Amino acid sequence: MDSIFAKPIVQATQNVLSTMAMIDPKVDKPYIKKDKKALGDVTGVIGMTADNSKQGVMSVTFTKDCAVAIVKNLLGGEVEDLIQDVKDAVGEVTNMIAGQTRQNLEAIGINLSAATPTVVMGDNHSVSHVTEDKIIVIPFNTEHGTFVVEFSMKE
Amino acid sequence: MTIDRNMRVLVVDDFSTMRRIVKNILKQLEFNNVVDADDGTTAWEILNKDKIDFVISDWNMPKMSGLELLKKVRNSEEFADMPFLMVTAEGQQEHIIEAVQAGVSNYIVKPFTPETIEQKIEKIFEK
Repeated sequence: MDSIFAKPIVQATQNVLSTMAMIDPKVDKPYIKKDKKALGDVTGVIGMTADNSKQGVMSVTFTKDCAVAIVKNLLGGEVEDLIQDVKDAVGEVTNMIAGQTRQNLEAIGINLSAATPTVVMGDNHSVSHVTEDKIIVIPFNTEHGTFVVEFSMKE
Repeated sequence: MTIDRNMRVLVVDDFSTMRRIVKNILKQLEFNNVVDADDGTTAWEILNKDKIDFVISDWNMPKMSGLELLKKVRNSEEFADMPFLMVTAEGQQEHIIEAVQAGVSNYIVKPFTPETIEQKIEKIFEK
């Protein structure tokens, strides 16, 4: 089940960032993590439900430099309040990646619904998933730094 | 048909980033008469006190969603024919069908390019 999600997530992430922020993220090998520790400085989190019963969470965690670069590219350099703009942009990027992933999954017969994203910032923040046993981590590299997309689903 | 670039456009999205992205694209397309709102409730207030010619709205927003706003617009006597473009992350078939049934003029799934926005606007106003 888990591997089914990886490809749609990678496609969605690359499509959203290349289309909206002119950044082409390169994907690294996915792995499983078993704790809540965030792998970066700012995280967008979105709750999902599959088949109206299984609960899931998708999160996108950026390093500070990567988040700032994305905000600047999204807004054409017109950053007003850096912290507020980073928070807002990471929420919107998470929303778009989740939306595109859901669209990709629909094409292979998996229907997910999603909630509205929330954003957590700060050194050593944590990311709450629906399970701590099996969180899929998909790492990405960009010329501005790294970020990860995480996904978990309670079977 | 020539599009009136001076028409008053209302951009509705709860994320300031997306409002600014859409407004920047509209500016590039020489639409400079643009106002914005952060959800459907505020948008409805603006529609009732300002002279709006075209609405570009997100779907998922607190208080009043874009779909609720669309239905309210279509059910009103005054704004029933308002051109209404939905720009949303909701790309699943059932959502698109729901929006079409509610009377959306056109529909864009995020992410999008400036060219997509331009083409969808042209399609709306050439009808």
